Amino acid sequence: MKGLAFSKRNDLEILRDPLNLFFGVGFPIVLLLFLTVIQRNIPVALFEIEHLAPGIVVFGLSFMTLFSATLIAKDRGSSFLQRLYTTPLTAGDFILGYLLPILPICIAQSVICYAAAVLLGLKVTIHILSSVLFTLPVALLFVSLGLLCGSIFTDKQVGGICGALLTNLTAWLSGIWFDLGLVGGAFQKIANLLPFVHAVEMERAVLRGDYAGVFPHIWWASGYAAAVTAIAAFAFLRQMKRQ
Amino acid sequence: MDAIKTIDLTKKYKDLTAVDGLNLTVRQGELLSLLGVNGAGKTTTIKMLTGLVRPTSGDAFLNGKSILTDSGVVKAMIAVSPQETAVAPNLTVRENLELMAGVHGFSKAETKDKVAELSDGFGLGEIANKRAGKLSGGWQRRLSIAMALISDPIILFLDEPTLGLDVLARSDLWDMIRTLKGKMTVVLTTHYMEEAEALSDRVAILKSGQLLCTGTPAQIKAKAGTDKFDEAFVRLIKEGQP
Repeated sequence: MKGLAFSKRNDLEILRDPLNLFFGVGFPIVLLLFLTVIQRNIPVALFEIEHLAPGIVVFGLSFMTLFSATLIAKDRGSSFLQRLYTTPLTAGDFILGYLLPILPICIAQSVICYAAAVLLGLKVTIHILSSVLFTLPVALLFVSLGLLCGSIFTDKQVGGICGALLTNLTAWLSGIWFDLGLVGGAFQKIANLLPFVHAVEMERAVLRGDYAGVFPHIWWASGYAAAVTAIAAFAFLRQMKRQ
Repeated sequence: MDAIKTIDLTKKYKDLTAVDGLNLTVRQGELLSLLGVNGAGKTTTIKMLTGLVRPTSGDAFLNGKSILTDSGVVKAMIAVSPQETAVAPNLTVRENLELMAGVHGFSKAETKDKVAELSDGFGLGEIANKRAGKLSGGWQRRLSIAMALISDPIILFLDEPTLGLDVLARSDLWDMIRTLKGKMTVVLTTHYMEEAEALSDRVAILKSGQLLCTGTPAQIKAKAGTDKFDEAFVRLIKEGQP
């Protein structure tokens, strides 16, 4: 109950920021629309809607890191957290309160992206629903990255690191915009060691109904999500002790 | 029983001793101001008393409960209004109050009653649906104190409550703080000497982490041999050895 009040507050803080709504929902839809128009004029297999939509869904989730990290960093910087540390809330309430309420926002964002993709020609199948569910480990990964960055960096640093660096890493190393095999070499090897391309490939496999194709990508995405969540919880507890 | 009793309370950060063997007593229902120049140890003392920072040595007892061994009980009896305004900016005034009621585990009915009581008492009713981030500094500070009071604390800590406010907003806040006197024990830190003199039952002056002296504002002035409180503070700080 106590943690629920804190979770509700975090949801409201994120949803009431118009910039969050623009980058969280508007920007991915604009990208989807823009690339679909390009694809119609200059057909590129990579930008076909069933190929593009899962990538945009994953890319859209990368903004959740920015929202989550900004919220936490601002709370730390404004003494708001210090005030709450003197209340009966426990460390677990804080960690779950920053992680869990953003997951439904991630799901809602994925639903909106797929709905937009349907309007742009994506065939309606049960696999869309599965794809939304399979975003959960990816969503947890990005939200945990937010907890980690928000626990370490100031809100200004978070803007640069999560807003510019992470979204670019997600974009370039995920195979959304170009086939990583075309670049090959070290670039492709590094991309394959990171979770972004695996998250996109997992989503693409689910959307085409190829459930065997989610392996091994799901292990990469889930493994990274679990590891980052554990590190983020540790980082948050550490800054909590320092404050 | 004393509201607060510290026994050799000490906090060291590597080479720096922020608070050094503090022995201080605050009586029930008293408003005590902690005074000192920057780095004197005021905020560190409050952080230790509110459980934000663990003392390096020594202990403090709030209503007889140790901050080391009974921190859960201590947390339930205190509230803090931090130095900087600590409100949720995108939440309305009412939602901020409801948040604090929620984190203290109040039921829906209790929350409704308490929010209504504090909104009336602090004149927040008319701006209840306004987002906290859109309020002026004075109103944000007022809301911040109301948020601290939602749990009916026995001991309230106000860390620089009027810092950065204009004269009128400060005067309003002083009136509000005066209404709390006698209802609960209040520990206040401030850099404004006129504020300490106007509000305090007693003041405690810290220097380099140690307690320099305590007394009523009148006693402090008499001790320094001047009838101006700010002069007395400066004289005691300059001349006094802990």
